[in-house]
Amino acid sequence: MAFVNMKSKEVQAKIVYYGPGRGGKTTNLEFIYSKFRERIKSDMVSIKTHGDRTLFFDFLPFDIGKIMGYDVKIQLYTVPGQVKYDATRRLVLKGVDGMVFVADSQVEQRKKNVLSLKNLQENLAMYKKSIFKVPLVLQYNKRDLKKEGIPLLPTETLEKDLNSQLKVPSFAASAVSGENVVPTMKKIISLTMASLQNVLK
Amino acid sequence: MNKNRRSLLSSPEPGSEGEEEDKQLGSNYDDITFTDYTLGQEELEKIENVLEDDLIRSGVHSVLLIDMAGNIIAQRDNGACDHDLYSLAALASANFAAVDTMAKIVGEEEFSLLFHKGENENIHFSKVNVEFLLITIFGKKVSLGLLRLKVAEAVDKINGVWKP
Repeated sequence: MAFVNMKSKEVQAKIVYYGPGRGGKTTNLEFIYSKFRERIKSDMVSIKTHGDRTLFFDFLPFDIGKIMGYDVKIQLYTVPGQVKYDATRRLVLKGVDGMVFVADSQVEQRKKNVLSLKNLQENLAMYKKSIFKVPLVLQYNKRDLKKEGIPLLPTETLEKDLNSQLKVPSFAASAVSGENVVPTMKKIISLTMASLQNVLK
Repeated sequence: MNKNRRSLLSSPEPGSEGEEEDKQLGSNYDDITFTDYTLGQEELEKIENVLEDDLIRSGVHSVLLIDMAGNIIAQRDNGACDHDLYSLAALASANFAAVDTMAKIVGEEEFSLLFHKGENENIHFSKVNVEFLLITIFGKKVSLGLLRLKVAEAVDKINGVWKP
């Protein structure tokens, strides 16, 4: 959970990108990093395998400026999406303030999205958090693949599969081209900050 | 499939737990944090003094008190360090959590010495309590033995200021 330092007037909040393997979580962060290069002072940290798969997490600190007199530092994290890395995935969720669930729009990934969302619910529950209470945004990624003739799930189907109970904001996006990547991030930051606002008053 | 997911996402227990947690947090709203712990400004200052007096004055280059989620609670350095502390804190907490999980797998409660030695800089990790970790960066002038002694003293003092 966010750490608020009254002395230095600083807030550190943790936002985690979750979702099935090869869904585009790291690509989301890479796009944000390239887009806001001049505002992000430090390097993006990636702990990955030789095959460029996320092994532990990616980390990108993002200074969003002052809110209600506090310097707000958002820490963006991704988890490894592969099923076998559940132990490390769980470690990254420790102290999370907001979540983006990056779903893969490809027809053949339909089941993996659902399993990953269920896995998120279980892992949040281990920290006594409810998926219904954590600030959460869904992103239906890889919409650009439609141009390549790859069959994609209609966003209505993804909504029905993943968002019929959660009823959280969702974005059709393409992390590769950057479409709706920044709006996704802005939305989760605003939801997260809204949930922290009571503390900052 | 959709039906399956529905039943999985509508289990009531996590929701009610969340509510309880909200209530607990609510009682802390007038104080300083949104975390599991609460630290006042005065306590923070005392902790910063411990870091300065016990560690920086003993020749340590940089010292960080972080929580297990990777947030920086307090920080002091000798003025000659230019490390990316936020990344360092994120990696240190993850590293500690990974090593801690490895210890459990081989049947240990925890590994007591966590230390990385480099040519010019070394990093030492010390668990302060269930919430906090103390990360110390030091060079050749400080021996590991002295550092461990100083860190142990600092940990005691920090726990004297604040305990979960």
